[in-house]
Amino acid sequence: MMILTDKKPRVQIENILTAQEIHDIEHYMHHYPDPRAASLDALKIVQKRNGWVDDAQVAGVAQMLGIAVTDVEGVATFYNRIYRQPVGRHVILLCDSIACYLMGSEDLAAGLMDHLGIRYGQTTPDGRFTLLPICCLGNCDKAPTIMIDEDTLDLVSIQQIPELLEDYA
Amino acid sequence: MSSTTGTSEQLRTSLPVPIHGNGTAETRPLTWRLAQRDEVLDIETYESLEGYQGLKKALGMGAEQVQAEVKNATLRGRGGAGFPAGIKWSLLPKADGGPRYLVCNADEMEPGTFKDRLLMEKLPHQLVEGMITSGFAIGATCGYIFIRGEYIKAARHLNEAIEQAKAKGYLGKNILGSGYDFELYVHTGAGRYICGEETALINSLEGRRANPRTKPPFPQVAGAWGRPTIVNNVETLNNVPAIVLRGAEWYKSLSAGKSPDPGTKIYGASGKVRFPGLWELPLGTTGREILEQYAGGMRDGLSLKAWLPGGASTDFLLPEHLDLPMDFDTIMKAGSRMGTGLIMVVDETQSMVALVRNLEEFFARESCGWCTPCRDGLPWGVKLLRNLEQKQGRTGDVELLQELTKNLWIGKTFCAHAPGAMEPLQSAIKYFRPEFDACVRDDAASLPPVTQA
Amino acid sequence: MATIYVEGKEYPVSGADNLLQACLTLGLDIPYFCWHPALGSVGACRQCAVKQYNNADDQAAGKGRLVMSCMTPAVDNTYISIDDAEAKAFRASVVEWLMTNHPHDCPVCEEGGHCHLQDMTVMTGHDRRRYRFTKRTHHNQDLGPFISHEMNRCIACYRCVRYYKDYAGGTDLGVYGSASNVYFGREKDGVLESEFSGNLVEVCPTGVFTDKTHSERYNRKWDMQFAPSVCQQCSVGCNISPGERYGELRRIENRFNGDVNHYFLCDKGRFTHGYVNRDDRPRQPQHKQLGNLVNLSVDAALDKAIASLKGKKVLGIGSSRASLETNHALRDLVGAEQFSTGMTRREQALIEQVIQLQRTEGIHVPSLREMEQYDAVLVLGEDVTQTAPRIALAIRQAAKLEAEKMAAERKTQDWLAEPVSRIGQHAKSPVFLLSVTETRLSDIAVGECVASPVDIARIGFAVASHLSGAPATGLSEEALEFARDIADTLKAAKKPLIVSGTSLLEPALLEAAAAVTQALGAEAGLTLVVPEVNSIGLGLLGGKPLEEALAGEGSDFDALIIAENDLYRQLPKVIVQQVLSKCPTIVVLDHQLTQTAKQATLLLPAASFAEGDGTVVSQEGRAQRYFQIYDPSYYNPEISIREGWRWLHVIKAGLANLPVSWTVLDDVIEDLARAQPLLSGIQDAAPDAGYRVKGLKIAREPRRYSGRTSMRANLSVHEPRAPQDADSALTYSMEGYVGPQENSALIPFAWAPGWNSPQSWNKFQDEVGGHLKAGDPGVRLFDRLPKVPARTYVAPAAQTDAESVYRLLPLYDLFASGEMTQRSDVMHSRIAPAHFSLSSTDADRLGVKEGQALQVSSGAESLILPVSIREYLPIGMIGYPAGQVVPMPTDQPVSVQPALAAAGA
Ligand SMILES: Cc1cc2nc3c(=O)[nH]c(=O)nc-3n(C[C@H](O)[C@H](O)[C@H](O)COP(=O)(O)O)c2cc1C
Ligand code: SF4
Ligand code: FES
Repeated sequence: MMILTDKKPRVQIENILTAQEIHDIEHYMHHYPDPRAASLDALKIVQKRNGWVDDAQVAGVAQMLGIAVTDVEGVATFYNRIYRQPVGRHVILLCDSIACYLMGSEDLAAGLMDHLGIRYGQTTPDGRFTLLPICCLGNCDKAPTIMIDEDTLDLVSIQQIPELLEDYA
Repeated sequence: MSSTTGTSEQLRTSLPVPIHGNGTAETRPLTWRLAQRDEVLDIETYESLEGYQGLKKALGMGAEQVQAEVKNATLRGRGGAGFPAGIKWSLLPKADGGPRYLVCNADEMEPGTFKDRLLMEKLPHQLVEGMITSGFAIGATCGYIFIRGEYIKAARHLNEAIEQAKAKGYLGKNILGSGYDFELYVHTGAGRYICGEETALINSLEGRRANPRTKPPFPQVAGAWGRPTIVNNVETLNNVPAIVLRGAEWYKSLSAGKSPDPGTKIYGASGKVRFPGLWELPLGTTGREILEQYAGGMRDGLSLKAWLPGGASTDFLLPEHLDLPMDFDTIMKAGSRMGTGLIMVVDETQSMVALVRNLEEFFARESCGWCTPCRDGLPWGVKLLRNLEQKQGRTGDVELLQELTKNLWIGKTFCAHAPGAMEPLQSAIKYFRPEFDACVRDDAASLPPVTQA
Repeated sequence: MATIYVEGKEYPVSGADNLLQACLTLGLDIPYFCWHPALGSVGACRQCAVKQYNNADDQAAGKGRLVMSCMTPAVDNTYISIDDAEAKAFRASVVEWLMTNHPHDCPVCEEGGHCHLQDMTVMTGHDRRRYRFTKRTHHNQDLGPFISHEMNRCIACYRCVRYYKDYAGGTDLGVYGSASNVYFGREKDGVLESEFSGNLVEVCPTGVFTDKTHSERYNRKWDMQFAPSVCQQCSVGCNISPGERYGELRRIENRFNGDVNHYFLCDKGRFTHGYVNRDDRPRQPQHKQLGNLVNLSVDAALDKAIASLKGKKVLGIGSSRASLETNHALRDLVGAEQFSTGMTRREQALIEQVIQLQRTEGIHVPSLREMEQYDAVLVLGEDVTQTAPRIALAIRQAAKLEAEKMAAERKTQDWLAEPVSRIGQHAKSPVFLLSVTETRLSDIAVGECVASPVDIARIGFAVASHLSGAPATGLSEEALEFARDIADTLKAAKKPLIVSGTSLLEPALLEAAAAVTQALGAEAGLTLVVPEVNSIGLGLLGGKPLEEALAGEGSDFDALIIAENDLYRQLPKVIVQQVLSKCPTIVVLDHQLTQTAKQATLLLPAASFAEGDGTVVSQEGRAQRYFQIYDPSYYNPEISIREGWRWLHVIKAGLANLPVSWTVLDDVIEDLARAQPLLSGIQDAAPDAGYRVKGLKIAREPRRYSGRTSMRANLSVHEPRAPQDADSALTYSMEGYVGPQENSALIPFAWAPGWNSPQSWNKFQDEVGGHLKAGDPGVRLFDRLPKVPARTYVAPAAQTDAESVYRLLPLYDLFASGEMTQRSDVMHSRIAPAHFSLSSTDADRLGVKEGQALQVSSGAESLILPVSIREYLPIGMIGYPAGQVVPMPTDQPVSVQPALAAAGA
C-alpha cells in the first residue's frame, strides 16, 4: 500500500522554463507564505525571455506555483504590463493620463504614431517597437512622459523622438 | 523644456524652490535630509542624519508606547482618504501568535501624483525605518512594500536599502537585540491603478486578480493571507520615525496653526505651472501659496481655470478656492477632497469636456471589472463624453452623465474607484455646464427635413 | 430569530441570513444576479440594492442609504425599503448597464423563456434603450459535447467561476481580462473537465452557458412537458425535471430537493438521456418467428405471452434498474420461489449487507444534503466521483466547514463567500481517501492511501481498533500510524462521516466502514454507495441471486421473463448463452434493445423513466417516485410502450384467469405495500392519483405551452383529447395547478409568476436555499423500519499472494461504466475505449507498454485489451473497465500475458 500524506505536485518544467527562470521564481516564492503570491513575479521573470509570455510559460508558472493554469492566465491578463502576445524588442509606454494630457500627450502620441507608422497596440514591421498607452507614470512634473522598456523619459517633445529612439536598436 | 517666459505679476519667485525648502529636522521631517544631500541612498549617510534613531527609540519604548505616540500625533493617512493611522492600527485584534502583516502602499498611480516616488527614490531608508518602526508598533511579523512596477529605480533603491539595513541588524531576527523579528520585502506590481485600493492591493500581493475585497471584515482583521494586516501609504509611514523621535506634541506643532491636521505634507503641482514639482510644507498651506510661491504661478501668462486638489479622483475646484488651507476637512467642505495633495492646474484654454473625457477614459480603462456600475457605467460615460467632445452630443447626454455621477457613487459601487471617477465629472459639470451644453447638437434642427411621401 | 421592517411592516426572519435571502424567503421580490443560495454573496452585480434606514424615524424622514441587500445581514431591527424610488431607479440602472453589452438576442438565445436576466429585466422595469453606442464582442469557445458558450451574452456576475472553481473544485474555467472586457471560459477551447460542468447552464443567469445536448432539437421551456422525476444513472437518486416535446426527451434540469441534490446534478445525470430517444428502442411488441421479428399489437402480444407461458415453469428475472413496481409485478407473476433479483450472488450479498448495516441500531445514514455538514470524512475504497458523483460534490462542501468555522470565529457570516475563503485560506476539514487508484477528490484530501480493497478494509479496521482502544496489529508501522492519525482526526470531529460502497465487490470494506462508524458513536454517519438506482429497493424486495436461480435448485425452468436486465452485463457470456439457448421461451421487457433483448422470443416494449411511473429506493433508503413525462402513443399511435408492471400484471391475470386488478399505479403500490412490509413506506413517497391542489390536477405543461393543436397535424388535423393520466395527480395539459404545493413530490418544473428560470425554486422553498415548503420529497425507509442489533466485525486476513500473482480490480468511470450512458450518443466522445490499467511496476514486470495489448484469462473467460499505465495502483492488481466489459472475477487470481494480436474490446 502507498500512503501519501504529502502530495507535492510533480513538477516537470525543465523543458518549459530555463534553469535561471526556475531559480529566480523560487527566489520570489520564498518571500511569501503561499507560493501563489509569486505569480506576478514569475510572469515578469518569464516575460524577460521574449518580451511576452507564451502559453507554455503560463503553464510552466502554474505548475511551479502549484496553482491552476486558469488562475495564472487570470492574473496574466489582468495586469497591464504582462503581455500575452508578441511585442516588439522595445515597448514604448506613453502616459496618457491627465498631467501628461495637459502637457500635450495626445500630440506626442500622434507624433509617435506617425514616426513609427503604427497605432496603439501595434508593433513596427521590423519588430523593433510596440506602442501602448499607460496610465500615469508618476512623473507628472516632467510631463509629457514616456517609458521605453525600463527607462522613464522626461519632458518628451515630438522633435526629440527620432533621437530618443536611436538608443533602442 | 519648460518655458520661463511668463511675466505674471503674481510671481514672487523666479527660481524653482527645492522640495525641502530651508528645512531642518525640526521643520521638514520628511525631506530635511535632502537639504543636506540630494539623495540619501546609503545607510551610512542616512545614519549620519539621525537615521534609524526613531527606530532605536521605538524599540526602547515598547510597542504600545509607540502606538500611543502615533495615535496622539493624529497622523492622518497620506494615501488619499486621511484616515488616522493610529486609529487604524488600534483596530488590529490582539496578537494570537500567528503572522500579521504591514503593507506599504507604494502603488502611486493616482494621475497627477508623484510624491511617493521621490521619497522612495531619494530616501529609501526613511521608508524602511518607517516600516520597521511601524511594524514593531503593531507587532507585524513581516512587511511588504507594494510598489508599482514602473518605479524601477525606486524599487532598486529600496532593495538596496533593505540589504544594507539587514546587514546592520535593523532587519531580520532579533532587531538590534530587542527580540523583535521583522522581514521586509519589496513586491513589484505590473500596472493597475486599482492595486492602490488597499484590499485590491492585498489580492494582488497574494498573486490574484486585483479585485477589491468585501469589507467587513477589514484588512486589520482578515487581510493578507487571511491574517491581520495594516496598509499604509509611503508618506504616512515616512512620518513615523520622526514622530517617535520627537514626540506627538512636536508633530502637532508642525502645521503651525494652518490647520487642525498635524504635520507636514508633501504638496505638489503639475499642469500648466512654471515650476511643476513637490514641496514639503506645513499641512494647511493654501493652494495659492503652492501655486504661486512654489510652483511659480501659471506659465506663459495663462490664467487659472480650475484645479484638482489631489489627484484625478478629486473634484475640480475654482480659482476662488485657492485661499483655502489644503487640509482634509477644509477641502472636503469646499466640495472636493485633498486626496494626495498634489494639485493639478488647468488653464483657461483647456476644454473641460475634453479634459474630463481624458480622465474618464483613465477610470474606465482601470476599472477592475468586478461590479456592474463601474465596469459598464464608466465606458458609457466615456462614449458620451467622446461624442460631446466631437460636438456630437445629443439632448439629454449631459443629464445622463449627471445620472451616472449619482449612480456610481459611494456605496452603490463595490469600491471607491468609480466614485473617484465621478468626482471630477460631477464638479466639471457643476462649474462648467455651459461648455457641456455647447457640445450638444440639436438633432432635430440639424437633420435634413423629412419629406412626406 | 430577528425582526426586520420592510416598508414599515414587521417581519420575523431567521437573523442568520442576509437581507436578500431573508426578503426572498418572505416572498418579497428583490432582483439579483451574483448572489446564489449555494454560492453566497459577493456584492458584484449591485442589482439587489435596497434603501436601509437606521430606525423608523429615519425612515419616516426619508433618511436612508442604499445598501446591497445580499451583503447586509438581516439582523434585528433592520429597516429597509425595497420600493424606495431611489433604490428602484438604481436597480433599473444596473440592468440598463448590463444591457449596454448584452446582445438582446433573446429570439435566438436558448436561454430565452427561462432566463433570469429576462426575468430581472422585467422586474426592474427597464424597457427603453438609451445606450446608443457599439457593444463589446467576444469569441466563443468549444467546451465539448455538453455545453455551448456564447460570451457576448455575459453580464459578468462571476457566478460561473465561483460555482465551477470555488464550489465544485474545477480548475479549467477562469476569468480573464479586466474592466469592461472580462472573459469567462477555459484557457483555450476544450472539454470542460469537471464532472459537474452541467450545472453551469443553471448557474449562469443568462445564455452564456447553455445545454448543448438540447441544442440540436431545441425548444423553449414553455413548450416542454415535464414531470417530477428521479435520475436513473446512479444510486444517489437526485431529483430531476426532464422536459419533453414531440415524444422526445429534450433535456434534463435539476429538480430541487433540499434533502438530496438541492441545486446541483452531475453531468452523467444531466446529459444521459439520449438512450430514451434511441431509434432502435423497442416500441412495439415483437415476436420471433423462424428467426424473424414480427410486430404485434398489444393484445396479440399479451395473448402470445400468455399462451407461451401457460403451463410452463417460469423463472422471472428482475432488475435493479427497474422500478419496484415492475419487480414486484414480476415476482407476483412467477412467485417468490421463481423470482430472481437479476443481481449476481456477489452483488446481492453486498446489497443485503448494505441494507443490514443501514438498519443497524446506532448507525445513522445521512441524506446527501446532510453529508455537507460532516466536518471529517473517511472514504473507504469507493471512488465516489465515478460511482456516485453527487456525493463527491457533497464531500467537497464538507471540506469547507473548517473555513466557515474559522470565519465564524471572526464574526464573519458563512454567506460572505470571499471573506470565508480569505480567512480559511488552505484550511480544510479533514478528508481521508483510501482508494485503489488516484481519485478526483485528491485535491481536498489531507491523507491518501492507495491500496488493494482488502488492505483498505484492514486499515479501516485498524482505525476502528484505535478508536475503541484496542491496538491494531498486522499492518506496517506506517499504515498503523496512518490509521491512528485518521482515528484521532475522526474522533476530534463533531460529526465524522464514513463513506464506502459496493463497487469494489469487497464485503470487508463495508464491514470496516460499519466498524469505524460504530466505534465513533452516535454523531457519526455512514454512507454506502450501491450500483444502481433501485439496488436498495430490489434488495428489500428480495429474490434469488442470478447464479442460484439459473443453476441452483429449481432451475429446471422452461420459460424466462426478464425485466429490464441485460444478463450479459451480469454474467460471463458463455453462461448467459447457455441459459438462453436452452430456454425455448424468453420474454424480455425492456426499453433498450440490449443483447439480451435481441435474444427474446417475445420482446415487450417497457417504459423508461420517461414514459412510466415508478418508485426507486436510493442508497440512503429514500423511496422516491418518478412520473411519466409524456405518453409516446399520443404522437404515434403505433407505439405501445407500457410500464413493465402493466405488461406483467395483465399476463399474470391472463395466466391465472383472474380479472385485471391493477388498473392504475396506486393499485400496484397498494399491493406491493401489503405484500412487502419492508417497503410499505413507499406509499408516502408521493401523493396518490386523487391528490388535487385547489381542486386541480398538477399541470405538466407551463402556462404558455404552444402548438398543441398542431402537434399531431402530421397524423390528423383533428386534435384528439390529450392523454388522460389516471395514474397520478398530474395532467398532460397546461390547464392545471402550477406552483408550490402542500406536497413537494409533485412539482414538475420550476416556475412562478415572474420567475421563469431555475431561480424560481426560491418560490417553492420554506427558506430560500433550504428545503421545499411542506418537506422535501421522498420517504426514508430505514427511518421507519425496526433496527437490527449492532454486531462486531472482524478484520480480513491479509492477502499474501506470491509475486507473480495478479488479481483484477474493477475500475469505474463516470461515463464509461454506465449502461445507459453508453447508450447515449452524446457520451461517446467522453468514453475512452476499454482498457486494462496497470501500475508502471507491473507493466514493467509484464513487459507491456502503454497502448499495448494484454490478455487476462480466468477459467474459460479471456479478454484482450490495451494497457493504460496509471501512476497509482496496487502492485499485482490489474484494473478492468467495469461496466464496459463482461464482469470479471475479482476474488481469485487470473492469468496474465502480453497479447500479440491487436487489442479489441
Ligand atoms: C481606486 C483607489 C486607488 C488608490 N490608490 C492608492 C495609491 O496609489 N496609493 C495609496 O497610498 N493609496 C491609494 N488608495 C487609498 C488606499 O485604499 C488606502 O486608503 C491607503 O493606502 C491607506 O493608507 P493611509 O491610511 O496611510 O493613507 C487608493 C484608493 C482607491 C479607492
Ligand atoms: S468600483 Fe467596482 S469595478 Fe470599479 S474598481 Fe471598484 S470594484 Fe472594481
Ligand atoms: S446579488 Fe447583491 S450585489 Fe449581486
